[in-house]
Amino acid sequence: MALRPDVLAVILGMAAVTYLCRAGGYAVLRALRPPRFVAALLRHLPGPLFVAYVAPAMAAQDAAAWAGAAAVLAVQAATRNLAAAIAAGVAAVALLRGGS
Amino acid sequence: MVRPSFTGQGVRRGLRAALPLVLGTFPFGLAVGVAAHGKGLSLLEALLMSGLTFAGTAQLVALELWTEPAPLLAAVFATFLVNLRMAPMGAALAAWFERVRGWRLWVTLGLLTDQAYALATVAQRRGPGRDAGFLFGVGLLLWLFWLVAVGAGHGLAEAVRLRPSHPLFFAPVAVFVALLVPLWRGLRQDAAPWGLAAAVALAARGAGLGPPWPLLLGALAGAALAAAREAPAGEAPPGPAPR
Repeated sequence: MALRPDVLAVILGMAAVTYLCRAGGYAVLRALRPPRFVAALLRHLPGPLFVAYVAPAMAAQDAAAWAGAAAVLAVQAATRNLAAAIAAGVAAVALLRGGS
Repeated sequence: MVRPSFTGQGVRRGLRAALPLVLGTFPFGLAVGVAAHGKGLSLLEALLMSGLTFAGTAQLVALELWTEPAPLLAAVFATFLVNLRMAPMGAALAAWFERVRGWRLWVTLGLLTDQAYALATVAQRRGPGRDAGFLFGVGLLLWLFWLVAVGAGHGLAEAVRLRPSHPLFFAPVAVFVALLVPLWRGLRQDAAPWGLAAAVALAARGAGLGPPWPLLLGALAGAALAAAREAPAGEAPPGPAPR
């Protein structure tokens, strides 16, 4: 059970900025309203953020992963169940890559 | 008439309300555990990160860009960007915390998640009860099972000795692909910002920029475009103001 100092530093940094987002948002945004554009940008961030994560990740993947992504989209849209969607995607990739 | 703002009854209601959500977040936690193991984190490190950060998306993104030695600036910056979305949530829940002070306020805020926020908005619509204990209960249960799920994922990857091409490593990507579905509001609103985000992220990567820049530039470009398109149609402000 190792705990490397460089890893610990990253963990503490991640924890600090995350808490800042959770509690600081309450403390600051309650006191003063952000500019319109900043508020709109924050509201629209989630979609583009996930797309910007998925696009380069998928560009580096094989055809099985693309089929897996299609399965994830289909199952998530049909069932609205995150667990089922992930399972379907992993199963599709397993099926197409063959073996174990 | 003084309405209590943090009650044990509220905590118990929160614990019950969060139970179905555990099913949805458990595979997510497994994926984080697998990813953490894949990047060489020990079980202790994976649990510490999960307990203190308690933000699955941010943890996955940080692990995705993990390097040797641990990438302090890149991981912290990416975490900040991913979790920025929680700032307006905390502000939107201000009414729940009106009479809550001390550790109850700051710990409950620390346990805030997308799921808790969604449950709170539903609960608020149903009745007048704004009991911060409810938020605390939801957060506590999700936090406990988050640690269990990440630990289980890490243990699973350890036991099976997975090759990099193992289908389980597709799970972290699958999480994000699945999350896109509920976020999609329609072609007219989302096609252009999402397209721009993808194009900028791919171009940044193609230009040889390392993480977190493709993610950062793509996300900001897409969100800025969406915000700019909203601004001229200012007569009808869309969505409720954060309060």
